[in-house]
Amino acid sequence: MSGLASPPQVRKAAPAAGTTPGASQGPPPTRRVALLPTAALVLGALYCLLPIAWVLVASTKSGADLFSTFTFLPGDGFGDNLADLSAYRDGIYWRWMANSVFYAGLGAVLSTVVSALAGYALAVYRFRGREAFFDTILTGVLMPPVILAIPQYLLMAEAGMTDTYLSVLLPLILSPYGVYLGRIYAEAAIPMELVEAGRMDGAGELRIFLRIAVPMMSPGLVTIFLFQFVAIWNNFLLPFIMLGDDERFPMTVGLFTLLKQGAGQPALYTLVITGALLAIVPLIALFFVIQRFWSLDLLSGAVKS
Amino acid sequence: MPIVSRHRRAVSVATAVALGAATLTACGSSDGGDQAESGPVSLTYWAWAPNMDKVAALWNQKNPDIKVTVQKQASGDDLVTKIITASKAHQAPDLVQAEFQALPTLVSNDALADISEEVGGAKDKFTPGLWQQTTLGSDAVYAVPQDSGPMMFYYRTDLFQQYGLKVPTTWDEFAATAKALKAKAPGKSLTTFSSNDAGLFAGLAQQAGARWWTTEGQKWKVGVDDAATRKVADFWGGLVQEGAVDNQPMYTPAWNKALNTGQQIGWVSAVWAPGTLTTAAPDTKGKWAVAPLPQWDAAKPATGSWGGSTTAVTTDSKHKAAAAKFATWLNTDPEALAALVKESGIYPAATAAQTGGALAKAPDFFANQPDFYARAAAIAKTTAPAAWGPNVNVAYTSFKDEFGKAAKVKSKGGFADALTAMQAATVADLKKQGFEVAP
Repeated sequence: MSGLASPPQVRKAAPAAGTTPGASQGPPPTRRVALLPTAALVLGALYCLLPIAWVLVASTKSGADLFSTFTFLPGDGFGDNLADLSAYRDGIYWRWMANSVFYAGLGAVLSTVVSALAGYALAVYRFRGREAFFDTILTGVLMPPVILAIPQYLLMAEAGMTDTYLSVLLPLILSPYGVYLGRIYAEAAIPMELVEAGRMDGAGELRIFLRIAVPMMSPGLVTIFLFQFVAIWNNFLLPFIMLGDDERFPMTVGLFTLLKQGAGQPALYTLVITGALLAIVPLIALFFVIQRFWSLDLLSGAVKS
Repeated sequence: MPIVSRHRRAVSVATAVALGAATLTACGSSDGGDQAESGPVSLTYWAWAPNMDKVAALWNQKNPDIKVTVQKQASGDDLVTKIITASKAHQAPDLVQAEFQALPTLVSNDALADISEEVGGAKDKFTPGLWQQTTLGSDAVYAVPQDSGPMMFYYRTDLFQQYGLKVPTTWDEFAATAKALKAKAPGKSLTTFSSNDAGLFAGLAQQAGARWWTTEGQKWKVGVDDAATRKVADFWGGLVQEGAVDNQPMYTPAWNKALNTGQQIGWVSAVWAPGTLTTAAPDTKGKWAVAPLPQWDAAKPATGSWGGSTTAVTTDSKHKAAAAKFATWLNTDPEALAALVKESGIYPAATAAQTGGALAKAPDFFANQPDFYARAAAIAKTTAPAAWGPNVNVAYTSFKDEFGKAAKVKSKGGFADALTAMQAATVADLKKQGFEVAP
């Protein structure tokens, strides 16, 4: 409240005779602290960070302490929890982790390749129906993937491919949002002059794409890769519907089976919490590694206008 | 887990669209065309009970010609949706674990095979109230009961003594006990009415004699707001309105704490409660005891069930006879049942297995009550019949929404209105699914 009360005085004092406005002593004039926005942002940050803090603290508690001790009082059971999680069904958790890495890693790479090719083509080539094609893909952005899971399952069943690694990978390869981003990035980053120059010098279209376009699009492609990786990593419904064999489950679906063991069985909270905590470690690591590629901005092109 | 529930809703909506109208009398094929097969067959089995693979390993050892592979799944409505979706694509596994109340949904979607010829002989190994739930009142048999959850009343012996309370044997006494406790210790509650757990309410209604889904010719009749259920809703609504019992949902950290600190001194639950108490209220070990559920009519003791599941064979199975053979073995063979109790921690549905073996000894948490399982078995015998329909999930969702509101404002009238709304939602959904509904 004090921040609101003081500015009028400062303003009144400022135009006093004989003093130059900029050279007055005392605190610099009208340095408002935006209290309300700051408070809102702090609240927002707490809202996002508290659950993570909870997971962090809860993963250190033993099963007996989990609900009986103070919520944010750390326990000393993290080692035991980790050992229990690794021992659960002969370490199937690590298999789920490996599956998740496989689905998200390969899926994101393939999806980025497809997005780059499609985005580049849509940005650089003029062909009949280009906009119609692009608009169709744009509608795909509006369609939540959740809605598509069951139709995709039925299609996979027609092809006899359900309950396989491919059944989870294939539907993830075409990402409408990735194609959309790919086109936007390609349009922004690749000057047509450069493509023309490449053609003049006798490079083939594929060579132009690989040697000229891809390096220029790479910051955008990194973004697409990251988006896709996170989306696939967190994906639940598609693998839940597609897969029957728990050896092929990704982590999301696997942890779900620990929570829902039937009415008579206590949910394995400590294991799920520890598992959930470990599940975000690869994501954080990925962000740290990839961050450096983002520092190359889209303007590091070759043509100055 | 908001993400999961959002997905769950999406699944149901999507399947409802994908499945379209279903028919009331779906007949699984029991033509037994697989009788003459030779050579080893391979069966897949979707189950959620822990360590089911170890139990199946016993079978595989003895039956090299029928190999069963367990694929562990998450329990609940999501699995029902998954089975139905797989069944539409003819990709369902040979065997599935299914809760009793999910059977009509699965049968009306033509997902389960009639295995009456193969498993009919096992009928007398189970109480009639359980077996009847696998036949859906027809001549067919769609599953073999695996575990059951007879409901019982749990109370803190030390606190009951401290406050001079007697264990209630009727619901009237239960209400009096709840009020007596409030008078002596306003901060404590005898139990809580949880609007999160439709299974509990359904079990209480079942005990009172409710029949929520029955058939009349080719039509379904919905009795969610029948006289028995209304009695139960009014009873709990009255207690909640007076503040005689708590109204917080179960299975939350706050509820765990209430149990652990003795703020809630009793619990209307089922036979599996020791497992829940072990994790929820570790400090109260050895302080609990079990008693039969309070009765409406002391002369005719009855209990409901909360939880419990079956083993069913799907219509997609190419080896129905072999699958039925395994289902029978799993749920009636003494060795299999002993393994289920020991490895999977279930309470067996087969009457003979409810005492002796691994259940001769009380659970660790109830070491103070050595005859725990003998009492449980006696209570289990009084299980009232239950009547499930093809959209239990809709009724349950509606229960959570409507009773959640009513419990929050603590209004008895709200409980009655909630029941009416639940009935209306259930009937409307049945009609929407294309079933004929008797008025």
